Amino acid sequence: MKKMKKKYPSKILIILLYIVLSIGALIMIAPFLWMFSTSLKSISEVFTWPPAIFGKVLRWDNYLKISERYPFGRFFINSAIVSFIVVVTQLFTSSLGGYVFARLKFRFREILFVVYLATMMVPVHVTLVPLFIIMRYLGQIDKLSSLILPNLATAFGTFLMRQFFLTIPTGLEDAAKIDGCTPFGIYWKIFLPLSKPALAALGVFIFVGIWNDFLRPLVFINKINNMTLPLGLANMQGMYSTNWPVLMAGTFISLLPIIIAFLLAQDFFVKGVTLSGIKE
Amino acid sequence: MKFKNFLYRDSVWAFILLLPNFICFLIFLLIPLVAAFFLSFTKWDLMTPIQWVEFANYIELFKDETFLKSLWATIYFTVGTVPLGIIISLFLAVALDQAIKGLKIYRAAFFLPVISSMVAVSLVWMWIYNPEYGLFNYFLSMIGIEGPRWLSSVTWAMPAVIITSIWKGLGFNMLLFLAGLQGIPKSYYEAADIDGARWFSKFYYVTIPLLFNTTIFVIVISLINSFQGFDSVYLMTSGGPARTTSVLVYYLYQNAFRYFRMGYASAIAYVLFSLMLFLTLILLYWFQKKKVIF
Repeated sequence: MKKMKKKYPSKILIILLYIVLSIGALIMIAPFLWMFSTSLKSISEVFTWPPAIFGKVLRWDNYLKISERYPFGRFFINSAIVSFIVVVTQLFTSSLGGYVFARLKFRFREILFVVYLATMMVPVHVTLVPLFIIMRYLGQIDKLSSLILPNLATAFGTFLMRQFFLTIPTGLEDAAKIDGCTPFGIYWKIFLPLSKPALAALGVFIFVGIWNDFLRPLVFINKINNMTLPLGLANMQGMYSTNWPVLMAGTFISLLPIIIAFLLAQDFFVKGVTLSGIKE
Repeated sequence: MKFKNFLYRDSVWAFILLLPNFICFLIFLLIPLVAAFFLSFTKWDLMTPIQWVEFANYIELFKDETFLKSLWATIYFTVGTVPLGIIISLFLAVALDQAIKGLKIYRAAFFLPVISSMVAVSLVWMWIYNPEYGLFNYFLSMIGIEGPRWLSSVTWAMPAVIITSIWKGLGFNMLLFLAGLQGIPKSYYEAADIDGARWFSKFYYVTIPLLFNTTIFVIVISLINSFQGFDSVYLMTSGGPARTTSVLVYYLYQNAFRYFRMGYASAIAYVLFSLMLFLTLILLYWFQKKKVIF
């Protein structure tokens, strides 16, 4: 990380770079600011030309209106339940699987691992139709469990944890083996505590994916009370198609958990979300 | 004693510890994957008995005008998003790599769209694209252009979806490039300095070639993502107007869960999957031959 500034771009170039970056950053943030400013206006203030940054009064009550006709709180709780269960179990199954592939010796290990890896290439849309049929058969349609079950274990998480465990030196576990520790004991007492940073990054990756997931809820969930935030918002859009303030208030709230988590732990986020860039 | 030995065997533990993974993998991935393949040779609406129709779905696909339109929309979307998104993010990454101060702040700004849900992003952009009161047309009017009716225009709906997608994905590509840039050994730049290279020559002769591996990666990931675009189209345009933004996944979704043509939808899924696999493998094969090792 120690960066020697050896590239010596000229002063003018640096100023130019900062200008370009600042304009870029502004373009990135502007829609969020626009979302927030819209959420504090009245409907008539929204439909004015030219658009103003703020209305006459800041209408915080728009944030109360979001749950007037839709169970917005319910959406939020559903999203939280699904995300929490998926993150916790997937971290567990990923680290277990990763440990097995990194450390235990058994027949067909390499082949099994390659097959497992290959499945990362399968897009969610290919399995969507049969998955829907399976969920119907299992009686899970319209339940939160339909969103949880298919996400309990993934090849990607397992792969990632394996790569991490391969970097841990074998000395510790050898000592534990001599003391009579079972493989699960070694996983539980040595590998799991050592893997906190990797788990945090993977956890963030899983959380962002599941919190933002739209397609599966759209297909599996019909009852308004079982919807997660993205699906709920999409439904609200149908109803509030012209009530932008209320809609933007809901949208803003749906983003808050992720934004707050992001501001608190930017480095983990950056690491976690770019994880998918290091497949292979 | 025998039981105790059994408890310490790696293969036994491997089996036990992999069981949760394996069950999940089998039920929710392997079986659906195979089932989708067989379903693509059938006709089924979930109500009446399933019918084996051999290649009828695939043959129908290539006569189906809406499917061809969707295929075209996917290609249009991909060609519009991937190259532009990669070029812009590459420049941003290079700029950010030079920036001495404020890296974290800029990074945070560019990353905000990446972590936001596509639903939230689509909703706010729908509002931005609003022809009468939207922000986009307001800015256009400031430079004297009368903005189009973005999302309801046959010509402009797809560009609008593309702009939003590029905007959302920039930060992600940028970070991958940034990681790649920071992996280039400094000695190459020092050697270039000794040879008296200017900033631009260093960028052109050192940075760009040594970023080859990262670039291929970003291309593959961007392609995979853009082939799977759905959320923004579903929300912003519903595939319209006149099917101009109906990408493959959207048509797949409609067939499966609007028209209840499970077999036909599965055929679309497999065409999409094969296309993606084919493109990725070609790129990776080419990459293996040209890979830069340093």
